[in-house]
Amino acid sequence: MASISVRDLTVERGPNVVLAGFSVDIEPGRLTGLVGPSGGGKTTLMRSIVGVQRIVSGEVTVLGEPAGSMSLRHKVGYLTQSPSVYGDLTVRENLEYFAQVLGVDATRIPLVIDTVELNHRASARVSSLSGGERSRCSLGIALLGQPPVLVLDEPTVGLDPVLRRDLWALFRRLADAGNTVLVSSHVMDEAERCDHLLLLRDGRLLADEGIPSLLARTHTTNVEQAFLALIDGAAA
Amino acid sequence: MNRTIGTATRVLKQLRHDHRTMDLLMMVPVLLMALISWIFPKPVFDHIGLAMLGIFPFITMFLVTSISTLRERQSGTLERLLSMPLRKFDFIIGYQLAFAVLSLVQSVLAVGVAVWLLDLQFSGPKWMAILVAMSVAQLGTALGLALSALAQTEFQAVQFLPAVIIPQLFLCGLAIPRDQLNDVLRPISDVLPLSYAVDVLNGVSDEPTLSSQTWEKFGVIWAFVVGFIVIGSLTLKRRSI
Repeated sequence: MASISVRDLTVERGPNVVLAGFSVDIEPGRLTGLVGPSGGGKTTLMRSIVGVQRIVSGEVTVLGEPAGSMSLRHKVGYLTQSPSVYGDLTVRENLEYFAQVLGVDATRIPLVIDTVELNHRASARVSSLSGGERSRCSLGIALLGQPPVLVLDEPTVGLDPVLRRDLWALFRRLADAGNTVLVSSHVMDEAERCDHLLLLRDGRLLADEGIPSLLARTHTTNVEQAFLALIDGAAA
Repeated sequence: MNRTIGTATRVLKQLRHDHRTMDLLMMVPVLLMALISWIFPKPVFDHIGLAMLGIFPFITMFLVTSISTLRERQSGTLERLLSMPLRKFDFIIGYQLAFAVLSLVQSVLAVGVAVWLLDLQFSGPKWMAILVAMSVAQLGTALGLALSALAQTEFQAVQFLPAVIIPQLFLCGLAIPRDQLNDVLRPISDVLPLSYAVDVLNGVSDEPTLSSQTWEKFGVIWAFVVGFIVIGSLTLKRRSI
Protein backbone atom coordinates (compact mmCIF):
# COMPACT_ATOMS: atom_id res chain seq x y z
CA MET A 1 0.00 0.00 0.00
CA ALA A 2 1.47 3.34 -1.06
CA SER A 3 1.51 5.95 1.69
CA ILE A 4 1.96 8.82 -0.75
CA SER A 5 0.07 8.83 -3.99
CA VAL A 6 0.55 11.48 -6.66
CA ARG A 7 -1.89 11.52 -9.58
CA ASP A 8 -1.41 13.64 -12.74
CA LEU A 9 0.23 16.40 -10.75
CA THR A 10 0.76 19.65 -12.65
CA VAL A 11 2.33 22.74 -11.13
CA GLU A 12 3.04 25.93 -13.02
CA ARG A 13 4.90 29.00 -11.86
CA GLY A 14 4.18 31.91 -14.15
CA PRO A 15 4.81 30.68 -17.70
CA ASN A 16 6.98 27.77 -16.52
CA VAL A 17 5.69 24.25 -16.10
CA VAL A 18 7.43 23.01 -12.97
CA LEU A 19 5.76 19.60 -12.74
CA ALA A 20 4.36 18.29 -15.97
CA GLY A 21 1.51 16.05 -14.94
CA PHE A 22 3.00 12.80 -13.63
CA SER A 23 1.90 10.12 -11.23
CA VAL A 24 3.95 8.26 -8.68
CA ASP A 25 3.40 6.11 -5.60
CA ILE A 26 5.75 6.16 -2.64
CA GLU A 27 5.80 3.17 -0.30
CA PRO A 28 6.33 3.06 3.45
CA GLY A 29 9.14 0.98 4.96
CA ARG A 30 11.72 1.96 2.43
CA LEU A 31 14.11 4.77 1.76
CA THR A 32 13.03 6.65 -1.35
CA GLY A 33 15.53 9.00 -2.94
CA LEU A 34 14.41 11.94 -5.03
CA VAL A 35 17.23 12.93 -7.34
CA GLY A 36 17.87 14.99 -10.41
CA PRO A 37 19.39 18.26 -11.57
CA SER A 38 18.53 21.40 -9.62
CA GLY A 39 15.54 23.21 -11.04
CA GLY A 40 14.04 19.85 -11.99
CA GLY A 41 11.08 20.12 -9.62
CA LYS A 42 12.27 18.16 -6.57
CA THR A 43 11.39 20.82 -4.04
CA THR A 44 8.06 21.54 -5.75
CA LEU A 45 7.09 17.86 -5.60
CA MET A 46 7.99 17.77 -1.89
CA ARG A 47 6.01 20.94 -1.20
CA SER A 48 3.03 19.42 -2.99
CA ILE A 49 3.24 16.32 -0.78
CA VAL A 50 3.42 18.47 2.35
CA GLY A 51 0.49 20.54 1.07
CA VAL A 52 2.09 23.97 0.96
CA GLN A 53 2.34 24.16 -2.83
CA ARG A 54 -0.44 25.65 -4.90
CA ILE A 55 -1.09 23.08 -7.60
CA VAL A 56 -2.77 23.55 -10.99
CA SER A 57 -4.29 20.13 -11.38
CA GLY A 58 -3.97 16.58 -10.15
CA GLU A 59 -4.23 15.00 -6.78
CA VAL A 60 -1.83 14.22 -3.96
CA THR A 61 -2.89 11.98 -1.10
CA VAL A 62 -0.85 11.09 1.96
CA LEU A 63 -1.95 8.19 4.20
CA GLY A 64 -5.26 8.27 2.34
CA GLU A 65 -5.99 11.94 3.05
CA PRO A 66 -5.61 14.91 0.69
CA ALA A 67 -2.15 16.47 1.13
CA GLY A 68 -2.16 19.33 3.62
CA SER A 69 -5.29 18.13 5.51
CA MET A 70 -5.54 19.10 9.15
CA SER A 71 -5.34 15.43 10.16
CA LEU A 72 -1.97 15.11 8.39
CA ARG A 73 -0.30 18.00 10.11
CA HIS A 74 0.88 15.78 12.97
CA LYS A 75 1.87 13.01 10.62
CA VAL A 76 4.13 14.63 8.04
CA GLY A 77 7.57 15.91 9.05
CA TYR A 78 8.98 18.35 6.54
CA LEU A 79 12.52 19.63 6.31
CA THR A 80 12.88 22.62 3.99
CA GLN A 81 16.06 23.12 2.03
CA SER A 82 17.08 26.30 3.84
CA PRO A 83 16.72 25.83 7.59
CA SER A 84 13.36 27.15 8.86
CA VAL A 85 14.33 27.96 12.41
CA TYR A 86 14.40 31.07 14.58
CA GLY A 87 17.93 32.47 14.52
CA ASP A 88 17.34 34.60 17.61
CA LEU A 89 16.34 31.62 19.77
CA THR A 90 18.58 28.85 21.11
CA VAL A 91 18.41 25.31 19.70
CA ARG A 92 16.45 24.17 22.75
CA GLU A 93 14.04 27.12 22.62
CA ASN A 94 13.34 26.39 18.95
CA LEU A 95 12.55 22.77 19.76
CA GLU A 96 10.45 23.75 22.78
CA TYR A 97 8.28 26.04 20.69
CA PHE A 98 7.76 23.59 17.83
CA ALA A 99 7.08 20.80 20.35
CA GLN A 100 4.32 22.96 21.79
CA VAL A 101 2.89 23.62 18.31
CA LEU A 102 2.96 19.90 17.51
CA GLY A 103 1.58 18.96 20.91
CA VAL A 104 4.64 16.76 21.53
CA ASP A 105 5.76 15.95 25.04
CA ALA A 106 8.81 17.95 26.18
CA THR A 107 10.64 14.71 27.04
CA ARG A 108 11.21 14.25 23.27
CA ILE A 109 13.38 17.36 23.12
CA PRO A 110 16.62 15.97 24.66
CA LEU A 111 16.23 12.80 22.60
CA VAL A 112 15.96 14.79 19.38
CA ILE A 113 18.90 17.02 20.32
CA ASP A 114 20.89 13.84 20.84
CA THR A 115 19.74 12.35 17.52
CA VAL A 116 20.90 15.36 15.51
CA GLU A 117 24.09 15.55 17.62
CA LEU A 118 23.62 19.07 18.91
CA ASN A 119 24.10 18.36 22.63
CA HIS A 120 27.07 20.67 22.93
CA ARG A 121 25.18 23.48 21.15
CA ALA A 122 21.73 23.12 22.74
CA SER A 123 21.96 26.44 24.60
CA ALA A 124 23.54 28.36 21.72
CA ARG A 125 21.60 30.88 19.72
CA VAL A 126 20.86 29.37 16.27
CA SER A 127 22.23 32.46 14.51
CA SER A 128 25.65 31.65 16.01
CA LEU A 129 25.68 28.09 14.62
CA SER A 130 27.40 26.86 11.48
CA GLY A 131 25.28 26.13 8.40
CA GLY A 132 25.41 22.40 9.04
CA GLU A 133 24.39 22.79 12.69
CA ARG A 134 21.51 25.03 11.71
CA SER A 135 20.18 22.51 9.22
CA ARG A 136 20.46 19.78 11.87
CA CYS A 137 18.42 21.93 14.24
CA SER A 138 15.83 22.23 11.48
CA LEU A 139 15.95 18.45 10.95
CA GLY A 140 15.41 17.98 14.67
CA ILE A 141 12.12 19.88 14.40
CA ALA A 142 11.00 17.62 11.56
CA LEU A 143 11.73 14.57 13.74
CA LEU A 144 10.08 15.93 16.92
CA GLY A 145 6.64 14.46 16.45
CA GLN A 146 7.93 11.07 15.23
CA PRO A 147 5.86 11.48 12.08
CA PRO A 148 5.17 8.35 10.00
CA VAL A 149 5.91 10.35 6.85
CA LEU A 150 9.18 12.27 6.51
CA VAL A 151 9.84 14.61 3.61
CA LEU A 152 13.43 15.80 3.75
CA ASP A 153 14.71 18.31 1.22
CA GLU A 154 18.51 18.01 0.92
CA PRO A 155 19.07 17.16 4.61
CA THR A 156 22.78 16.48 4.28
CA VAL A 157 23.98 19.52 2.33
CA GLY A 158 27.09 21.07 3.86
CA LEU A 159 27.66 18.27 6.37
CA ASP A 160 30.95 16.50 6.90
CA PRO A 161 31.23 12.83 5.85
CA VAL A 162 30.90 11.47 9.38
CA LEU A 163 27.67 13.33 10.04
CA ARG A 164 26.32 12.43 6.62
CA ARG A 165 26.95 8.76 7.32
CA ASP A 166 25.23 9.04 10.72
CA LEU A 167 22.20 10.80 9.31
CA TRP A 168 21.79 8.29 6.49
CA ALA A 169 21.99 5.53 9.11
CA LEU A 170 19.20 7.35 10.94
CA PHE A 171 17.06 7.61 7.79
CA ARG A 172 17.67 3.90 7.22
CA ARG A 173 16.49 3.05 10.76
CA LEU A 174 13.39 5.23 10.34
CA ALA A 175 12.52 3.56 7.03
CA ASP A 176 13.16 0.07 8.40
CA ALA A 177 10.79 0.87 11.26
CA GLY A 178 8.00 1.21 8.69
CA ASN A 179 7.97 4.96 8.13
CA THR A 180 7.81 6.60 4.74
CA VAL A 181 11.08 8.43 4.15
CA LEU A 182 11.51 10.62 1.07
CA VAL A 183 14.91 12.28 0.80
CA SER A 184 16.08 14.56 -1.97
CA SER A 185 19.68 14.88 -2.94
CA HIS A 186 21.75 15.95 -5.88
CA VAL A 187 24.72 13.84 -4.77
CA MET A 188 24.76 10.50 -6.53
CA ASP A 189 26.68 8.53 -3.91
CA GLU A 190 23.81 9.37 -1.55
CA ALA A 191 21.33 8.04 -4.09
CA GLU A 192 23.12 4.69 -3.84
CA ARG A 193 22.03 4.42 -0.20
CA CYS A 194 18.33 4.43 -1.15
CA ASP A 195 16.04 1.45 -1.79
CA HIS A 196 14.09 3.19 -4.46
CA LEU A 197 14.86 6.14 -6.70
CA LEU A 198 12.79 8.81 -8.39
CA LEU A 199 14.63 10.79 -11.05
CA LEU A 200 13.05 14.11 -11.81
CA ARG A 201 14.23 16.32 -14.65
CA ASP A 202 12.45 19.36 -16.11
CA GLY A 203 9.29 18.41 -14.25
CA ARG A 204 9.18 14.89 -15.73
CA LEU A 205 9.75 11.61 -13.98
CA LEU A 206 12.53 9.73 -15.80
CA ALA A 207 12.87 6.86 -13.36
CA ASP A 208 10.77 5.28 -10.62
CA GLU A 209 12.42 2.03 -9.61
CA GLY A 210 14.94 0.22 -7.43
CA ILE A 211 18.65 0.44 -8.12
CA PRO A 212 19.13 -3.07 -9.65
CA SER A 213 16.33 -2.50 -12.15
CA LEU A 214 17.65 0.97 -12.98
CA LEU A 215 21.16 -0.38 -13.67
CA ALA A 216 19.85 -3.28 -15.74
CA ARG A 217 17.58 -1.07 -17.82
CA THR A 218 20.34 1.43 -18.63
CA HIS A 219 23.14 -1.18 -18.96
CA THR A 220 25.30 0.74 -16.50
CA THR A 221 27.21 -0.13 -13.34
CA ASN A 222 26.45 2.78 -11.06
CA VAL A 223 23.66 5.24 -10.39
CA GLU A 224 25.51 8.25 -11.77
CA GLN A 225 26.07 6.56 -15.13
CA ALA A 226 22.47 5.38 -15.16
CA PHE A 227 21.22 8.94 -14.70
CA LEU A 228 23.48 10.34 -17.35
CA ALA A 229 22.22 7.63 -19.72
CA LEU A 230 18.59 8.46 -18.93
CA ILE A 231 19.11 12.22 -19.20
CA ASP A 232 21.00 11.88 -22.51
CA GLY A 233 18.31 9.51 -23.73
CA ALA A 234 15.55 11.95 -22.78
CA ALA A 235 17.35 14.83 -24.46
CA ALA A 236 17.86 12.89 -27.71
CA MET B 1 -4.92 27.95 23.59
CA ASN B 2 -1.54 26.39 24.41
CA ARG B 3 -0.35 27.11 20.91
CA THR B 4 -1.44 30.74 21.11
CA ILE B 5 0.35 31.29 24.41
CA GLY B 6 3.32 29.27 23.18
CA THR B 7 3.58 31.57 20.17
CA ALA B 8 3.36 34.68 22.36
CA THR B 9 6.05 33.32 24.68
CA ARG B 10 8.27 32.49 21.73
CA VAL B 11 7.95 36.02 20.28
CA LEU B 12 8.81 37.51 23.67
CA LYS B 13 11.80 35.18 24.07
CA GLN B 14 13.10 36.31 20.67
CA LEU B 15 12.88 39.93 21.75
CA ARG B 16 14.36 39.21 25.17
CA HIS B 17 17.51 37.90 23.51
CA ASP B 18 17.76 41.21 21.65
CA HIS B 19 18.74 43.50 24.52
CA ARG B 20 19.26 46.60 22.45
CA THR B 21 15.81 46.42 20.87
CA MET B 22 14.27 45.94 24.30
CA ASP B 23 16.16 48.93 25.71
CA LEU B 24 15.08 51.10 22.77
CA LEU B 25 11.45 49.99 23.02
CA MET B 26 11.29 50.88 26.69
CA MET B 27 13.49 53.97 26.86
CA VAL B 28 12.76 55.87 23.65
CA PRO B 29 9.14 56.83 24.55
CA VAL B 30 10.31 58.03 27.96
CA LEU B 31 13.12 60.12 26.50
CA LEU B 32 10.90 61.59 23.79
CA MET B 33 8.34 62.49 26.43
CA ALA B 34 11.05 64.32 28.37
CA LEU B 35 12.09 66.12 25.18
CA ILE B 36 8.51 67.22 24.49
CA SER B 37 8.12 68.51 28.04
CA TRP B 38 11.29 70.52 27.57
CA ILE B 39 10.27 71.98 24.17
CA PHE B 40 6.69 73.02 24.89
CA PRO B 41 5.20 75.32 27.52
CA LYS B 42 3.17 73.52 30.18
CA PRO B 43 -0.41 73.70 28.77
CA VAL B 44 0.76 72.60 25.31
CA PHE B 45 2.78 69.76 26.84
CA ASP B 46 -0.30 68.53 28.70
CA HIS B 47 -2.15 68.30 25.38
CA ILE B 48 0.57 66.93 23.10
CA GLY B 49 2.22 64.77 25.75
CA LEU B 50 -0.93 62.79 26.37
CA ALA B 51 -1.55 62.30 22.66
CA MET B 52 2.05 61.11 22.22
CA LEU B 53 1.47 58.44 24.87
CA GLY B 54 -1.00 56.94 22.40
CA ILE B 55 1.11 57.45 19.31
CA PHE B 56 4.44 55.92 20.40
CA PRO B 57 3.09 52.41 20.94
CA PHE B 58 1.34 52.54 17.57
CA ILE B 59 4.57 53.33 15.73
CA THR B 60 6.92 51.04 17.66
CA MET B 61 4.61 48.01 17.65
CA PHE B 62 3.82 48.56 13.98
CA LEU B 63 7.51 48.49 13.08
CA VAL B 64 8.50 45.59 15.30
CA THR B 65 5.58 43.45 14.12
CA SER B 66 5.96 44.17 10.43
CA ILE B 67 9.67 43.33 10.51
CA SER B 68 9.28 40.19 12.63
CA THR B 69 6.38 38.76 10.62
CA LEU B 70 8.15 39.61 7.38
CA ARG B 71 11.12 37.60 8.68
CA GLU B 72 8.79 34.69 9.43
CA ARG B 73 7.44 34.84 5.91
CA GLN B 74 10.95 34.92 4.43
CA SER B 75 12.80 32.45 6.64
CA GLY B 76 10.23 29.72 6.01
CA THR B 77 9.22 29.50 9.68
CA LEU B 78 5.70 30.73 8.87
CA GLU B 79 5.29 28.11 6.15
CA ARG B 80 6.62 25.45 8.49
CA LEU B 81 4.19 26.49 11.23
CA LEU B 82 1.25 26.46 8.82
CA SER B 83 2.17 22.92 7.74
CA MET B 84 1.84 21.96 11.42
CA PRO B 85 -1.29 21.88 13.58
CA LEU B 86 -1.13 25.64 14.22
CA ARG B 87 -4.19 27.72 13.38
CA LYS B 88 -3.81 31.15 11.84
CA PHE B 89 -5.61 32.41 14.94
CA ASP B 90 -2.84 30.99 17.15
CA PHE B 91 -0.21 32.80 15.11
CA ILE B 92 -1.92 36.19 15.00
CA ILE B 93 -3.27 36.24 18.53
CA GLY B 94 0.12 35.00 19.72
CA TYR B 95 1.69 38.10 18.25
CA GLN B 96 -1.08 40.33 19.63
CA LEU B 97 -0.60 38.89 23.13
CA ALA B 98 3.18 39.21 23.04
CA PHE B 99 2.95 42.86 22.10
CA ALA B 100 0.18 43.47 24.62
CA VAL B 101 2.61 42.42 27.35
CA LEU B 102 5.36 44.56 25.86
CA SER B 103 3.14 47.60 25.43
CA LEU B 104 1.86 47.25 29.00
CA VAL B 105 5.40 47.59 30.33
CA GLN B 106 6.20 50.32 27.80
CA SER B 107 3.15 52.44 28.58
CA VAL B 108 3.32 51.99 32.36
CA LEU B 109 6.88 53.32 32.14
CA ALA B 110 5.95 56.18 29.80
CA VAL B 111 2.82 57.21 31.71
CA GLY B 112 4.63 56.85 35.03
CA VAL B 113 7.52 59.07 33.97
CA ALA B 114 5.19 61.58 32.27
CA VAL B 115 2.89 61.91 35.27
CA TRP B 116 5.28 61.59 38.22
CA LEU B 117 8.48 63.12 36.89
CA LEU B 118 7.34 65.49 34.14
CA ASP B 119 4.08 66.54 35.79
CA LEU B 120 1.84 65.75 32.81
CA GLN B 121 -1.68 66.73 33.88
CA PHE B 122 -4.99 65.39 32.58
CA SER B 123 -8.48 65.09 34.05
CA GLY B 124 -9.23 61.45 33.24
CA PRO B 125 -7.99 58.37 35.09
CA LYS B 126 -4.33 57.34 34.71
CA TRP B 127 -5.23 53.73 33.97
CA MET B 128 -7.25 54.93 30.99
CA ALA B 129 -4.11 56.48 29.47
CA ILE B 130 -2.40 53.09 29.85
CA LEU B 131 -5.41 51.23 28.46
CA VAL B 132 -5.53 53.49 25.39
CA ALA B 133 -1.78 53.13 24.88
CA MET B 134 -2.14 49.33 24.97
CA SER B 135 -5.09 49.39 22.59
CA VAL B 136 -3.16 51.53 20.15
CA ALA B 137 -0.26 49.08 20.43
CA GLN B 138 -2.69 46.31 19.42
CA LEU B 139 -3.67 48.43 16.45
CA GLY B 140 -0.02 48.83 15.41
CA THR B 141 0.59 45.08 15.77
CA ALA B 142 -2.46 44.07 13.73
CA LEU B 143 -1.73 46.62 10.99
CA GLY B 144 1.97 45.68 10.89
CA LEU B 145 1.16 42.00 10.48
CA ALA B 146 -1.34 42.64 7.69
CA LEU B 147 0.95 45.04 5.81
CA SER B 148 3.98 42.75 6.10
CA ALA B 149 2.34 40.65 3.38
CA LEU B 150 2.84 43.52 0.94
CA ALA B 151 6.55 43.87 1.62
CA GLN B 152 9.13 41.69 -0.07
CA THR B 153 12.09 43.17 1.76
CA GLU B 154 12.76 44.82 5.10
CA PHE B 155 13.53 48.06 3.25
CA GLN B 156 10.01 48.05 1.85
CA ALA B 157 8.53 47.24 5.25
CA VAL B 158 10.27 50.22 6.82
CA GLN B 159 8.95 52.48 4.05
CA PHE B 160 5.40 51.73 5.18
CA LEU B 161 6.12 53.97 8.15
CA PRO B 162 6.21 57.23 6.13
CA ALA B 163 3.57 55.88 3.74
CA VAL B 164 1.00 54.65 6.26
CA ILE B 165 1.77 56.18 9.64
CA ILE B 166 2.93 59.73 8.96
CA PRO B 167 -0.22 60.84 7.06
CA GLN B 168 -2.20 59.62 10.06
CA LEU B 169 -0.02 61.73 12.35
CA PHE B 170 -0.89 64.83 10.33
CA LEU B 171 -4.60 64.05 10.15
CA CYS B 172 -5.25 62.62 13.63
CA GLY B 173 -5.89 65.99 15.25
CA LEU B 174 -2.48 66.46 16.78
CA ALA B 175 -1.30 69.14 14.33
CA ILE B 176 -4.68 70.80 13.70
CA PRO B 177 -7.91 69.89 15.53
CA ARG B 178 -9.88 67.53 13.30
CA ASP B 179 -12.94 69.80 13.07
CA GLN B 180 -10.76 72.49 11.51
CA LEU B 181 -9.62 70.25 8.64
CA ASN B 182 -11.03 71.10 5.21
CA ASP B 183 -13.93 69.22 3.63
CA VAL B 184 -11.70 66.78 1.79
CA LEU B 185 -9.35 65.95 4.66
CA ARG B 186 -11.97 65.74 7.38
CA PRO B 187 -13.70 62.62 5.99
CA ILE B 188 -10.29 61.05 5.37
CA SER B 189 -9.30 61.61 8.97
CA ASP B 190 -12.64 60.03 9.97
CA VAL B 191 -11.60 56.69 8.52
CA LEU B 192 -8.06 56.59 9.93
CA PRO B 193 -7.64 54.63 13.16
CA LEU B 194 -5.15 56.98 14.80
CA SER B 195 -7.74 59.79 14.71
CA TYR B 196 -9.88 57.83 17.15
CA ALA B 197 -6.93 57.21 19.44
CA VAL B 198 -6.25 60.95 19.66
CA ASP B 199 -9.98 61.68 20.11
CA VAL B 200 -10.11 59.25 23.03
CA LEU B 201 -6.97 60.75 24.56
CA ASN B 202 -8.48 64.25 24.20
CA GLY B 203 -11.42 62.87 26.16
CA VAL B 204 -9.03 61.50 28.80
CA SER B 205 -7.44 64.95 28.89
CA ASP B 206 -10.67 66.89 29.49
CA GLU B 207 -13.20 64.54 31.11
CA PRO B 208 -12.79 63.48 34.76
CA THR B 209 -15.31 60.70 34.03
CA LEU B 210 -15.22 59.56 30.44
CA SER B 211 -18.24 60.46 28.32
CA SER B 212 -20.13 57.91 26.28
CA GLN B 213 -18.78 59.47 23.06
CA THR B 214 -15.25 58.81 24.26
CA TRP B 215 -16.12 55.20 25.05
CA GLU B 216 -17.69 54.84 21.60
CA LYS B 217 -14.50 56.06 20.01
CA PHE B 218 -12.56 53.63 22.17
CA GLY B 219 -14.81 50.95 20.70
CA VAL B 220 -13.93 52.16 17.20
CA ILE B 221 -10.22 51.59 17.91
CA TRP B 222 -11.01 47.98 18.77
CA ALA B 223 -13.18 47.60 15.68
CA PHE B 224 -10.13 48.61 13.64
CA VAL B 225 -8.00 46.09 15.56
CA VAL B 226 -10.46 43.30 14.74
CA GLY B 227 -10.66 44.45 11.10
CA PHE B 228 -6.88 44.42 10.68
CA ILE B 229 -6.66 41.00 12.35
CA VAL B 230 -9.15 39.64 9.81
CA ILE B 231 -7.17 41.18 6.94
CA GLY B 232 -3.95 39.82 8.44
CA SER B 233 -5.41 36.32 8.66
CA LEU B 234 -6.29 36.49 4.95
CA THR B 235 -2.64 37.17 4.14
CA LEU B 236 -1.52 33.95 5.86
CA LYS B 237 -1.72 31.34 3.13
CA ARG B 238 -0.99 27.70 3.75
CA ARG B 239 -0.37 27.15 0.07
CA SER B 240 1.83 29.42 -2.00
CA ILE B 241 3.22 29.49 -5.53
